[in-house]
Amino acid sequence: MNRYDSIIVGAGHNGLVCAAYLAKAGQKVLVLEASAEPGGLAATREFYPGFMSSVAHSISSFSSKVIEDLQLQSHGLNLSGRTMDTIGMGLDGKHVVIGDEMVSGVSPEDARSYVELRRQLKRFAKALASFWMKTMPRIGNNSPGELMTFAQLGLKLRLLGKEDLLEFMRMATLPMRDLMDENFDDKVLKAALSWDGLAGSRLAPRSPNSPVFAMLFKMFEASGGMHAIPAGGIAGLVNALVGAATVAGAELRLNTAVERITVVGDESGLRVTGVELAGGEVIEASRVISCADPKRTFLKLLGGANLEIEFANRINRLRTEGLVAKLHLALSAEPKFTGMGRANNRMIIAPTMDSIEFAFDDAKYGGCPEVPVMEVLVPSMQDPTLAPAGQHVLSANVMYVPAELRGGWTDEAKSNLLQRLLVQLEQYAPGISAQVIHAELLTPHDLEQTHNVTGGHWHHTEFAVDQLLMMRPTYEAAQYSAPVPGLYLCGAGSHPGGGLVGAPGHNAAREILK
Amino acid sequence: MNTEDRFAGERLRESPFHPRQSALNLREAWSSWNGYKFADYYYDAEYEYFCIRNTCGTYDITPMQKYEISGPDAEAMLNRMVTRDVSKLGINRVTYVCWCTDEGRMIDDGTIFRLADDRFMLTCGSPSVAWLRKSVLGFDQVTVRDVTDETAALSLQGPTSCTVLQQMGLEDIATLKPFGIAHFPFHGGSLMVSRTGFTGDLGYELWVTPELALTLWDVLYAAGENYGIHPYGETATNMARLEAGFIMPDMEFNEALKTVHFEHDHTPYELSLGWLVDFKKPHFNGRKALLAEKQQGPHYTLVKLDIEGNKVADGSWLYSDKACRKKIGYVTSAMWSPSAKANIALAMIETPRLNGSVWAEIYYEKELRYYEKVARCEIKDQPFWAPARARQTPPPPF
Ligand SMILES: Cc1cc2nc3c(=O)[nH]c(=O)nc-3n(C[C@H](O)[C@H](O)[C@H](O)COP(=O)(O)OP(=O)(O)OC[C@H]3O[C@@H](n4cnc5c(N)ncnc54)[C@H](O)[C@@H]3O)c2cc1C
Repeated sequence: MNRYDSIIVGAGHNGLVCAAYLAKAGQKVLVLEASAEPGGLAATREFYPGFMSSVAHSISSFSSKVIEDLQLQSHGLNLSGRTMDTIGMGLDGKHVVIGDEMVSGVSPEDARSYVELRRQLKRFAKALASFWMKTMPRIGNNSPGELMTFAQLGLKLRLLGKEDLLEFMRMATLPMRDLMDENFDDKVLKAALSWDGLAGSRLAPRSPNSPVFAMLFKMFEASGGMHAIPAGGIAGLVNALVGAATVAGAELRLNTAVERITVVGDESGLRVTGVELAGGEVIEASRVISCADPKRTFLKLLGGANLEIEFANRINRLRTEGLVAKLHLALSAEPKFTGMGRANNRMIIAPTMDSIEFAFDDAKYGGCPEVPVMEVLVPSMQDPTLAPAGQHVLSANVMYVPAELRGGWTDEAKSNLLQRLLVQLEQYAPGISAQVIHAELLTPHDLEQTHNVTGGHWHHTEFAVDQLLMMRPTYEAAQYSAPVPGLYLCGAGSHPGGGLVGAPGHNAAREILK
Repeated sequence: MNTEDRFAGERLRESPFHPRQSALNLREAWSSWNGYKFADYYYDAEYEYFCIRNTCGTYDITPMQKYEISGPDAEAMLNRMVTRDVSKLGINRVTYVCWCTDEGRMIDDGTIFRLADDRFMLTCGSPSVAWLRKSVLGFDQVTVRDVTDETAALSLQGPTSCTVLQQMGLEDIATLKPFGIAHFPFHGGSLMVSRTGFTGDLGYELWVTPELALTLWDVLYAAGENYGIHPYGETATNMARLEAGFIMPDMEFNEALKTVHFEHDHTPYELSLGWLVDFKKPHFNGRKALLAEKQQGPHYTLVKLDIEGNKVADGSWLYSDKACRKKIGYVTSAMWSPSAKANIALAMIETPRLNGSVWAEIYYEKELRYYEKVARCEIKDQPFWAPARARQTPPPPF
């Protein structure tokens, strides 16, 4: 009989990372993916004949340990290309160009402050770096091993020196707005720099909580959070992961949705036995590891009835409403942005922090932003195979678009939003509307359908202090294992969180192989 | 003049039996239970207690919380919530249950009535809507309805109770077994009778819609006239239940959802209710924690004490030695038991100390002077009051 050591639900990048580690360790592994392509939110899909794109469109800090452990380079991953600058787009064609070591297009004071703040943030990011690849201690568990994780972190922070440590403590939960106002004058710079602290979360510049943390999380690798697109596009990463997993012996089945995680119960309690597929096929395994989001995993696939009451209710109240929509444009020619050469960097269309705040204000009451803000890439500049020769793909992460729109996501509501987006883009790239052959707009509500992620949430569940670290996704599931024996989590809803990082997949595999 | 009652929403509500009960409440001794006006006693608590033990009495359980749980998933939902196996409960049978938090701390105890394959009534002392709402997550086909206000219920307890019901015309009532339920047509509606109660004696609970409440009262009191029927209140209930060894919230246990301090609540094992926990069931709330508790043994264990002398050990500390050097527990409820002719108590004792000697440090009062006494205690296995008639079917005729 076909019995597996591990079944992984979902071939998101984390599922693939986990599969590769387990297969390398000798396990018989089966990865089941509902979609036609592997990669989850990083999957490259054809959104219009001849035009391809992935939802996640750039990488800021994929784990170098995972690259090394899984020898992803030998499977074709090449991240050595140039990192992109982040460009704060000025309406007048005067842009702020943010690089790793310097910023241009701003006053000398701001430029100096940037260098200083950047160095400081890098020091903090370095102190935190190993933390993301660790399993969080269990709440209430005072075992020395688990507490060491915190002791080590404490030590790392202590080694920053007193001044840095105090500053870190002060900054940790600061709103982006305050951090930016303290350091800079330039409005465009402030807005563009705050983007990485906000993107993917239910936070705007004036929100205290986790933005600084989110920013540091995105900076944990040597690139210091500078975004890049691997050779061959995001598919370059996904293909390397598929390669690493399958060469190690893992099987991957696409177009195979798991209907439920099966359990049996006897006098020793409940335990997971495998999965049942949408067609009724049952596959057994010693354990099931879910890369699907925690809410879907526990409440849809396992079923709340198989959980304890308070735990099930904690999962039910996880904050999973996504606020980032995806815009894909198939363009007939290379888009031209005012005041810029080729559009091969990462462009932030948000002229001020207020513009970001106001877009959030609209969304938080269930409305669509009057003036959306967005992060724009033209991925086909780096990877020409994404579009027919001479033509291009534009990919934008749009904030803040509610998963549940007041009045519902009617066709009209969607086309209104699309119009607003095109109006915005047209201001920075006059003539671009005329180049549009096809537009695909995926609201968080759509992403839930297309990518099987609850609320279409970037991090599967909100990346905020109430749902971080040993509270991610909630206590009693924060060490990758679930309350029901045989079930594990390995996706973005687990520590440390989402983005193309690979850390949850890595950490889950380590726990399983312990 | 404005005659509207500004405090209308704050006033205690009156049970459907209130018109009759207030006429009999000679002492106006009212307190409240779940927002209902509720008698502590009517005339004299001791007298009412003796009615329960020697004739019969009625106790208004309308304020007790009642929930109808119905639908194809009702059994599964309850079975996950409570520690006992509800799937074994037959139709028209009642079972005593408790339910716990994920950590195995007891939230409340109560009874489950199985009225049909897919319909149950859960009764308990405190409002539980919030917990029930949480408990239905994951069960699609179950409806929970608070039926407290649509049900008038009266407990009829005591040796003459069966005879009174027979006098009332419920002929087959003698064949009803303990924890059984019977239904009778009643004045255009229906009367549900369960052989249940909180006194440890022969007794029944009577359930009707509120419109029939006064009719029920009148018919019952007419039938009971020569059988010493009398209403009793909270004080007599508390005496009877203590003799029977039943636990009371806010006395023996704190409801887990209401405690603030860590582990100031209890597990069923601490309350000697381990027999309610059925590990043959693969899944129920708190199972993992309760298994650990069972294996380690509870920190405290609730026991019945027979205390030498006649000084009531209310609120006493317990020690392992007469010199009161080593504290090992505390008394939760105590009384002089007129029926057992014994000085009795329920007490929490550190589990490892159960086999040693137990001494109670008793403070008592005589005409405003306080005295202290250390009395030897004996741990008892059996309830102080458990007459055979409580279990016999048919019960012995009176
Ligand atoms: C609009 C948007 C833009 C983003 N942009 C970026 C970006 O530019 N850079 C970046 O680093 N991050 C970005 N992110 C975040 C990033 O994409 C995610 O955090 C990350 O991809 C999550 O990876 P994962 O492997 O944990 O889960 P996912 O990629 O979500 O994978 C989960 C997989 O499980 C599958 N699945 C679910 N249920 C079942 C089932 N029942 N049976 C079978 N399969 C199932 C799904 O189909 C999916 O393939 C973005 C997110 C969004 C929403």
